[in-house]
Parts: sequence; C-alpha cells; structure tokens
Amino acid sequence: MSTAVESYGADAKPRMGFFTDTTICIGCKACEVACKEWNLIPEDGRLWTGESYDNTSALGANSWRHVAFVEQRKPLKLDGEVAALDAEPLRWLMESDVCKHCTHAGCLDVCPTGALFRTEFGTVVVQEDVCNGCGYCVPACPFGVIDKRDLPRSPDDAPLALPIFGKKEDGRVWKCTLCYDRLKGGHEPACAKSCPTDSIQFGELDELRERADKRLEKLRAEHWNGARLYGNDPDDGVGGFGAFFLLLDEPEVYGLPPDPVVPTAHLPKLWLNTAVAAAALLTGIAVSFFGGRE
Amino acid sequence: MPSLGTSFGRGGATDYQQDLMNSDCITIMGSNMAENHPVGFQWVLEARERGAEVVHIDPRFTRTSAMSTKYIGIRAGSDIAFLGGVVNYILENDRWFHEYVRTYTNARVIIDDAYVDTEEADGLFSGWDPEQGKYDATTWQYKGMQVHGSGGSPEEGVKGEQSHGSHGGLLSHGDPPEEDWDLEHPRCVFQILKRHYARYTPEFVAETCGCTVEEFLWYADTICKNSGRERTGAFAYAVGWTQHTTGVQLIRSAAIIQLLLGNMGRPGGGIMALRGHASIQGSTDIPTLYNILPGYLVMPHTEHYGGLQKYIERSTAPAGWWGNADAYIVSLLKAWWGPAATKENEFCFSWLPRIDDDNSHYWTVQQMLKGKVKGYIVAGENPAVGSANGRAQRLGLAQLDWLVVRDLVEIETASFWYDSPEIESGELRTEQIPTEVFFMPASTHLEKDGSFTNTQRLLQWHFKAVEPKEDCRSELWFYYHLGKKIKEKLKESQDPKDWPVQHLTWEYGEQGGNEEPSASDVLREINGYDDHGQLLAAYKLLKADGSTSCGCWIYCGAYADGKNMAARKTPHWEQTYTALEWAWSWPANRRLLYNRASADPDGKAWSDRKELVWWDAEQKKWTGHDTPDFDEEKPPDYVPPDDAKGPDAIAGNHPFIMQADGLGWLYVPQGLEDGPLPTHYEPHESPFDNPLYSQRANPRRQQNKDLEEDPYNPVAGEGGSELFPYVVTTYRLTEHHTAGGMTRFTPYLSELQPQMFVEVHPDLARERGLEHGGWATIVTMRSAIEARVLVTDRMRPMKVNGAVRHQVGLPYHWGQRGLVTGGAANDLAHMALDPNVHIQEVKAFTCDIRPGRRPRGPKLAQFMDELRAEARAARATATRHEPEETRKT
Amino acid sequence: MRKEDRSAFLRGRGKLKREIAELVKSWPVLRQLDGDPLGLGKSVQSNRSRTLEPRIAEADHVAQSICPFCAVGCAQLVYVKDGAVMQVEGDPASPISRGRLCPKGAATKNMHDGPLREYKVKYRRPYGTEWEELPLEQAMDMIVDRILRTREETWEETTREGNPAKRTMGIANLGGATLDNEENYLIKKLLTSLGVVQVENQARI
Repeated sequence: MSTAVESYGADAKPRMGFFTDTTICIGCKACEVACKEWNLIPEDGRLWTGESYDNTSALGANSWRHVAFVEQRKPLKLDGEVAALDAEPLRWLMESDVCKHCTHAGCLDVCPTGALFRTEFGTVVVQEDVCNGCGYCVPACPFGVIDKRDLPRSPDDAPLALPIFGKKEDGRVWKCTLCYDRLKGGHEPACAKSCPTDSIQFGELDELRERADKRLEKLRAEHWNGARLYGNDPDDGVGGFGAFFLLLDEPEVYGLPPDPVVPTAHLPKLWLNTAVAAAALLTGIAVSFFGGRE
Repeated sequence: MPSLGTSFGRGGATDYQQDLMNSDCITIMGSNMAENHPVGFQWVLEARERGAEVVHIDPRFTRTSAMSTKYIGIRAGSDIAFLGGVVNYILENDRWFHEYVRTYTNARVIIDDAYVDTEEADGLFSGWDPEQGKYDATTWQYKGMQVHGSGGSPEEGVKGEQSHGSHGGLLSHGDPPEEDWDLEHPRCVFQILKRHYARYTPEFVAETCGCTVEEFLWYADTICKNSGRERTGAFAYAVGWTQHTTGVQLIRSAAIIQLLLGNMGRPGGGIMALRGHASIQGSTDIPTLYNILPGYLVMPHTEHYGGLQKYIERSTAPAGWWGNADAYIVSLLKAWWGPAATKENEFCFSWLPRIDDDNSHYWTVQQMLKGKVKGYIVAGENPAVGSANGRAQRLGLAQLDWLVVRDLVEIETASFWYDSPEIESGELRTEQIPTEVFFMPASTHLEKDGSFTNTQRLLQWHFKAVEPKEDCRSELWFYYHLGKKIKEKLKESQDPKDWPVQHLTWEYGEQGGNEEPSASDVLREINGYDDHGQLLAAYKLLKADGSTSCGCWIYCGAYADGKNMAARKTPHWEQTYTALEWAWSWPANRRLLYNRASADPDGKAWSDRKELVWWDAEQKKWTGHDTPDFDEEKPPDYVPPDDAKGPDAIAGNHPFIMQADGLGWLYVPQGLEDGPLPTHYEPHESPFDNPLYSQRANPRRQQNKDLEEDPYNPVAGEGGSELFPYVVTTYRLTEHHTAGGMTRFTPYLSELQPQMFVEVHPDLARERGLEHGGWATIVTMRSAIEARVLVTDRMRPMKVNGAVRHQVGLPYHWGQRGLVTGGAANDLAHMALDPNVHIQEVKAFTCDIRPGRRPRGPKLAQFMDELRAEARAARATATRHEPEETRKT
Repeated sequence: MRKEDRSAFLRGRGKLKREIAELVKSWPVLRQLDGDPLGLGKSVQSNRSRTLEPRIAEADHVAQSICPFCAVGCAQLVYVKDGAVMQVEGDPASPISRGRLCPKGAATKNMHDGPLREYKVKYRRPYGTEWEELPLEQAMDMIVDRILRTREETWEETTREGNPAKRTMGIANLGGATLDNEENYLIKKLLTSLGVVQVENQARI
C-alpha cells in the first residue's frame, strides 16, 4: 500500500478514512441517501425485507452505504443503576457499513485492467472509465463490498441483438470511492457531511485511530456492553481498514466477517509453491529426457 | 399551543434546540426525536456525551429509545398518570424549588371558594353542565376576581380558544389576587395541587402505565436531582402528546413539573415543542387557523360584536404585554386596509368576518358531508390520507362543488374521484361524483424566496435557487394573483360585502416572467411601518392611533432598519453559542423564553453553571448571553404602582411577562376548556376503565355521536369491547414525512421504507396467528386496512391493572398513490377531538388485528357493514353511563 | 500573420507538444517505472481520475436555503448550474444543523426533480372520468369565478340572532404548515377580506 501512495511523490496526501462510531448512530440512513445523491447512484429496489428497519440489506453496486439494524435482548450497559432496573433489557444496534478501503485491498490486487487504483489519499477507487466489468475483484473482497451493476433493462434500451451498444452503465463494478472527487476539491465525503450525529467521522486515519482509542476507553469506563474497535489493527488480515468501526458486539452480529483476510495475502506463498513445482517439473522432464537418452 | 400559552404566556417552544446540550437531564416523551427530528437530536447526544441522562418514555421502543440512557415503556394514553405521579413525588418529597415556586409561579394564589376538584367530584371539575357538555369556568378563578368574556364563560357562549387565541386568559378586576406566601392556605394553588395529585402514587403509576415502581421512582428522583440552582432538566415533546383528547392537559402536566422544579427560563431547561412541518410554528404565528388573527389576536366573535373598542377591551390584559392589544390590532388593520382604515371608521374593524362556533378542520369535514361547504382549496396538505378517518374525509370531498389541490405531485386528495378505497369498494362511483377538481402544480422551496419559522420560533429565510418549470407556481403567486383577479372583477361593485377586498392593500412588487410577487415586500408589510414609511424596529413602537402598521406584531423587528433579519446567515463559528446573529426569532430575537427566570428574584444568576441573563446593577439593565426576555431597564425590585397598566404593571421579579400577572401558571384559572389542572382520563377509545374515577374519558372531549361516518369502537364496560381488544398508536418513520406526499413519491426515500407494515410483539403474533413478513388486517369501526407484519420485541406488552395488554404500532405514511403504496393508518382513526385545539386522537385508540389480507372490492364494504352491525348489537346489550351525561357540578 | 494570431498559434503549438509528452508519459508501462512498480497507484490513474473535480465546482451560483421537511430548520446549500439544481447539501454555517441533514433533507434534490412531480395544471370536470388539460391562466379565472359564485350563494351578513357575521361558510381553505410565512400571510389576509373563516392547517392535524 505504501508503495502505491508513494507513487504520487509530492502529491501524496495523508491517508484519509472513516471512523464509524455506532454508539451514536441513530439509524436514520442519511448516509445512504446523501451518498446516492452525490454519486448519482440508481435506486436499489423497493423490497420490504422485514429485517427490522433495514430494507437495503447489503452493500452493493447501488448501495455504497448500508445501515444494519440488530434488535437484541441485551442491556446497553453492564453496570450502573439503570442496568439494575432493566428486567427485560432491549437494545437496538445500528451501524452504517461501507467499503473498508483496506490497506491490503484484494480488489485492487487482482484488477487486471488498472481500473482499481490507490489514490493519493490512500483510498481504493474504481475508475468507471477504465473498468471493463471482468469482475475478478468481486470474489477478491473479503467483505463482499464490490459488486457488478446490472441495471434492469428498460424499453428504451437497444435490442438484445446489439448488447454492446445497448448496454449503458451495466456490467461494471461499483463501490464507495470515499468521494474521491469531493476529496480532490477539499470537501468531506457526502455521507460524513450529512450524518446528523457525527457517527460517521471523516479525517486523517492516524488521527481517527487515536480518537477511536480514546472513545473506547470512555465507553469501557461507562460500562457499555461489548464496546470494541473493528478494523483499526494494522496487523489484521487486510492490514487494517481505511474505514473502521466502533461496535457494540461481535462483528458477525452486524453481518461483518470476524477475521477478514485478503485472498491475495497468500499470493507470494502461492507463487513460491508454483515456482517449486515448476522447478520440480522441469527437473523431472530434464531427467526423463536426458535419462531416456541413456 | 394553548398548553404552553396558558402556562407561560406564549404558544411556542420555550427553548431552542442547541440549548438542549446544556441540559443535565432530557426527558423525551410524546416524541420520537431521533427518528423525526434527527438533526436536532445531535444536541441531545451532545448532552448525553457530557453526562446528561436522556430518558425516553414511550409506548414503543424506537430509535430514540435506543439512543437514550434509559427507556421506560408506558402504555399509550397513560402519560398524565405518569407525569401526575412525578408531580406528587415532587410535592410529597419536598423536592420543589422553593424560592422559584414562591416568587415566579401562582402557587401562592388563593382560588375561589366554590372551586371543586375532580378528586371531590369523581372526575368532574366544578361548573360541568351535562346538557351543554361544557364547563362554566367561573368557579376556577382566583379568589375575589370576576371573569368577563374569557375562557368557558357560559353566558357568552365563547370557547376558550375563540376568546383568547392560544395564550392565557386575561385576569381582571380584583388584582392583585389574594395570596399566601407560606403556601399553607388550604385553597391556595399549592395545596390544591397537593390534594389533586395525592392519589398518583408510584404504585398507581405502575399499575396504570405498565412500568415498574422502581423505574418510576428512579425517573422521579433523577429529574429532581437534575434540577435546582446548579442543574437543569428539559422536556422534549411532539405530537405523541398533542394528538390525544387530553393533549393540551398532557403538555400542561410537563409545564407544572418544570415550574415546580424551577426549570423554566433557564439554560438546559424548558419545554422543547418539536414540530413536524417546516413552518408549523409560523402557520400559527401568522395563522392559517380559523380562530386567530396574526400574532394570536382573536378572531372577532359574532356575540362580541360591539366594534373595535369592545374588541380591544376584551383582548387587553390589565398587566403584561397583552395590555397593548389595542396597538397590535389597530396596526394589523392599518396593514390590511391602509388609507381606508381611519380612526373614524374604527380602522375598518367591522370588515372582519366573525366566528361563533368551532370552525376547525374536522368541523369543516362534517360540513362537507352535509353539503354546506361547497368549495375547498387545499395547499400543501393531503387530508384524504393525512387526516383522521380518511373515509369521512374522502366522502366529504365527493360532496363538494369544486376543489382546488395545490401540490408537487398528484396526491390522494386530488385523485380521490377515480382511485380512492371507496371507488374500489363501490361506495363511490366516479361518474356520480359532482366535484370539479383543479390540480395546480406547486413550486418547491427551491423555486421561491420566503421564510419558514422553525420549531424554536426562528424565522429563517430561504433564497430562490431556480425558476419553477411550466405551470408550477408558489402559493405566494397563487394567492396573490387570485386576489388581484378578484379585485379586478369586483372593482365596480357597490356591494358593501365587497368593500373589504376592494380596499385591501395588495401592492407587492412583481418579479420575472411569471410575475412572482416579492416575498420580501410581504415580510416588510408583516414587520410594519411607521407613519413616515420607515420599517419598524420592535413591537414596543406600535401605536393604537393608526400611525403604525404591522401585519403580525410578534414579527415586528424581522425587517428592522430595512434589513431582512431572517436572512442573516452569520456562521456559528463567528459568534457565541446562542448565535443571535443567525436569522431572527420572535419575540425580539430572544432565543430562550422567560429568561428573566434564569436569575434569582434579586437578578443574580442562580448559579455560575446556569448563568444566562442577569441584572447589571452598575449599568442598570438586564444583560447576558441571550436577549433578555424582560423590560431591559426594569430593576428586579420594581414594584408596580397601583395605577400601572400593561407591561408597567408587571413586577421586577415576575418573569412571565405575557401573563396577566407575570407568573407561571401551575393552575390555569382561565383559558382552558377542560379544567384548570390535568387529570388522568382514558382515551376516547380504550379497553380500560379509569382507575381514578367513574368518569372514564375527558368529559369535555369533542365527539360526533350522531355522525354516521364516524362510528366508535365499544369501550371498556360496553358490550362489544372485546371486538377491539388492542391499543393502537400511529407514528412516523425517519425515512418518510407525515402522510408521505413529499417522500413516497421520492425514489431514494421510497426504497428505504417501501411498504406499510404493522409492528406487533411476538406474543400478540402468537395470540392472533400473525406471521412475520406475512399480512395482517387491522380493523376499527371506521375501516379495515392491511399491512405487512413486523414481529418485534420493541412492541412490549403492558401489564395494566393486573392484566397484560398488547399494543399495535402503525406508521401512517402510505396511501394508494406514489412509488410505494399501502394502507393509510388514518383510515382507522376516529374524529373525537381535544376540546381546546380540536386535534384528533391518533396516538391511542383501539383496534383488532387479524391474519391475512383485507377483503377486496365490494367485499370490503360488506365486511365493514357486518362488523359495525355486530358491534352495535353487542353495545346495545350493555351500555355505559358516565357522570358526564347526567351530573351537574 | 498578426501579432496576436501568432502568439495564439505558438500557444497552440506549445499545448500540442505538452499533450504529446503527456500521452507518452501516460503509457502505463512508463508510468509504472515512475515509482509505481505494481501498477496500483498513480501509474494506472486515468486522465479522468487525474483531473477529477467535485462537480459543484462548476456551479453558476449557490443559494442558501432551508430544509422543507420538519421544523428543525436545517440550512441547505443549493448548487445551481444552467438554471437547474445540481446538488443540495447541508450548510455548515447553521448553528442548528452544522451542515448536517437527515435522509429526507439529503433527498431534497430527489424530491425536487422526482419522477412523479407534476408540471401542468390538470382539470376534472363534474362527473368526469378523465383528467383534462387546462391552461394555467384559464384555471385561475375559473377558480376566481367559483370562489365569487359560492361566496355569493352562501353569504351570511348576520347570524340567525341578528348579530353581524359578514362571512361565507361555503368555502374552506386547508394548508399552511409547509408553506412560507409570507404565503400564510397572504392566504389569511385575502380570505379574511372575502369573509372566508374556515382557514385551517396542519397545526391541528
């Protein structure tokens, strides 16, 4: 990752990211809408799911922010006079999920066309003018974030016989760009700007990590049940997230992988194995060839 | 808001949203603030992060509950029982703020000997007339005073609201009242309060509301601990309180608590009324309401006809700022009729039309059903699904001669004649509906200049960004050109009834190709001018001699010195936290009302921590972080001379300057229809008996007993009540706005909440065979609608009077039109109303819920007919009689 | 060649040279050699990405507005280009909202130019089964006629008891809480002068 940002030389910027603090998320979904307005994202279907108040369901090509809702029979705090009063505790967790902008980004590693790239802000962005929709990046994301856009055909679309000309935007992959264009103009990303309670905080990643540590300390002192950081560790399977979270339960509860690992993490080892195998093969061939001569 | 008006003097939120961050304890009740005012809620979270308690007390566990430090579940419609319990706790445990209560409230005032409390008369106050179904408020008065023509005075037949707008009644004769500063006289307000709430024990609260004794006691102790010199607590409410047949008294309960704890007029205190529409405060200040004129001046009454002088006498208080009512009304008449309004013709006062009845919205609907209202203009509202009892609303529309609907999209009110549920059921047939309909496309706020008055009385100007397309026009354009055309048509008329419109001042600059009238010109007229044509700077400059004009006296100053104060956009980082240079609030740019009370009687801050406004003895004036809501030069020790009038008659230590005695009213002697004190009644429809009285519901509630289109579910004690065993409450979701006219037609919002659903507890789902994700039909005597089932622990069953009862939750955003459609919850609601403000009770009524989809087509009408017949037959077997029907008190 | 033409030509030639140089440099293999050996960063940045700007930078003007939904009163910035709204977002200057918006406020542009927004007057004649088109001016005249006719038919000079009434109970007006103060003012003023007293809004509902 550092190599890629260094490629910008003097134009490289401090790494920017999100710290999403779920303890102040009110589940309003302003982030989802503000993102769509700014990034001109199509509608994502009008399906009522019955999953609490979540009708977005997951991140995808047409939902770059997704607020998860989790209803639990658990107390919000583990100690104190209020906790003692609650015979039937109830809590409602809300979390605005987004692309993690991983330090080791699988999508970026596997992209064969250079459509995905690391920006001068350290974020991972798909270039819509380059992407050819090969989709290699889709299984390479351990979070299932990056996704192909398949717009439903409308009567205005060209006939199927001319699929290439008839297609508009569909087929390419899309995800959060951390509002790359806004960042370049000195604006914060649309979701963070809109967030009514500042649950989504945007800033320099180093500073956000410090802030998050302090926040966690405060919450623990206040006996918040299950408070933990997710994705702040640079030594995790993706080298830490550019967009990390403060959660109140296990990541799985929010539909997040507990220990995400970038699939390309094993690449060097794979290459080594391949090299050994190739060498063995060559040796074998050579032996049989030369041996055969004898 | 007569609740706040009668208690404190002004019908507006007493606080501003940012000030919530200064609070030590925020009680959110009757509001789902995180969902419905998300951006305002940031200030609640700021307070929480600073260590404040945030308590959400509500029938449902909502996104607000999730963010609070404590949620207390109570059953819908039991709020007065809960708050009455708090009042009792404060009094019994001596937790009230002694110096504040003695000096700043009417606790010390002695009440008429003939006053009888509900506790003595089984749920009725003295003065009840069962034949009229009304109170005579004479016995509620301060001892030694007489009433003339104010609240509920029967010989005048004038209702409270119609007699004094939304503020308190006008005390007269016999001032000052008899008082006992020791608060021991058995008939002083303090002792009456004690007796009135003595039965509201923690156990009573728990049994009636469905919470635990421990939860109640924790709350009562918490709110007391966070009040006093060093600390303050705030209340935030919304229509979860208003929309009850006891709505006004409900809010009054909070007013009593806040006065007893000394939280009014102080930073982090007060009562934050959270209003749901961009300018709903503005539309009462400059009212599109039948009973008031701009600035809460009353509409003239047919039986009060006696000309301007009589009107002024009736509107003028002997003390306080209502003492200058003559200047306000004369300036208004000058603004409307300009040179035609002269001293000789009483400034054209006789041109004002007169009212003599409840002419509010639900009354109008009944007049439509009777064919008496023939023409209807609807601008930015959708009564077909947004008002209670949608079927009655739509049947009313089908009786009109003509209807004008102005909106951004084709809402149900415009389309009722071809796609309403009654067309589907066959009750209405398109080709038999006589109504002529004009749909006029409206402009959005982005297409026009103008000001909204937000929930904290702040006038904020919005600048036009783009021109409207094609036929889209602003309401300003529509009504201006309507007026211009009417004036043109009538200009030759000799008919006296046309004089008022002929002479109406109607000169506003026209701009652009659409001839859009200038909104700034209108705001200038509202602000007012002196006789040299100079814009006025403040309402204290208004005169009663015709030399000033002013379209709304409380907005005087909004255009001071020729500057549009509402358009001030000084960033918050360039000013102090009160942000007095961002826009402009009425009155006189004061942000926290009654802030004289943030200082002690001597004019010093109660504590450094809660300092806001104080008396500067050297400068000899009030000063501080906010604009003082007090005569700037009136010292704290000022004692009015006996002959003082108006503002001069308010003492230096009386902070409630709009009240006729300058005091916060714990007890309201004048101005309310249903009693001087809040007391617990069951909702109009309830499966419960009233645990306090044989009088079950508010005796003064407005019912439509003879209106076929508004049938009621049998209630506790009546045959057939088992047909409607559940309590239902309606509400909004963050993702939509009110009845959905601006949101379910909007793609990005429609997809977030794409379908009507009903929230039920797992036990209720089991009891009724409802399947999560499946369909349910919800039924009342009015209608049956269907919804998807959302089974959730957040809808807690309530243990009330020993029995477990379920509640059903219904968002009310949908109708048959838009990108996402669904049953309209308002179709289920009835039109029984609060008697003070004529607001419907949609926050607590009864219903049944059944698995599966509703009957379709003509089968729906048949299903409803059968259900109504069954309920009526059952009710005939056991009828309920309540004191309200027969007892005279 | 005139002097100014010549300098324009030279500028153009210089631009062409620069463009060719850029083109060569933009060849990914060359760009990878320039400190991005894996081709994950600057070397694969497309021309569009390199020159990307927030589109609001192209706004002709920015109008300060107020959110039209609830009564919190959040401030909005409206970015306008070629007479059309290009973006609506929060105005950070507001002491109330500090630049933030809820989902409804954030969807303001979506509401403003939504797919179901109506732009033309529609008319349904008595007993009619279809909407018909109607010019705005004609609709206004027809509404004026109906107001005056109904007012004439239902005028009450006095009450039954003989007290002055000076009103019509045959016309009602509903709406106001979503409107501007100035609009409410004209509604109340005009209708009161016509004797219409049934003027109501959502403040009750």
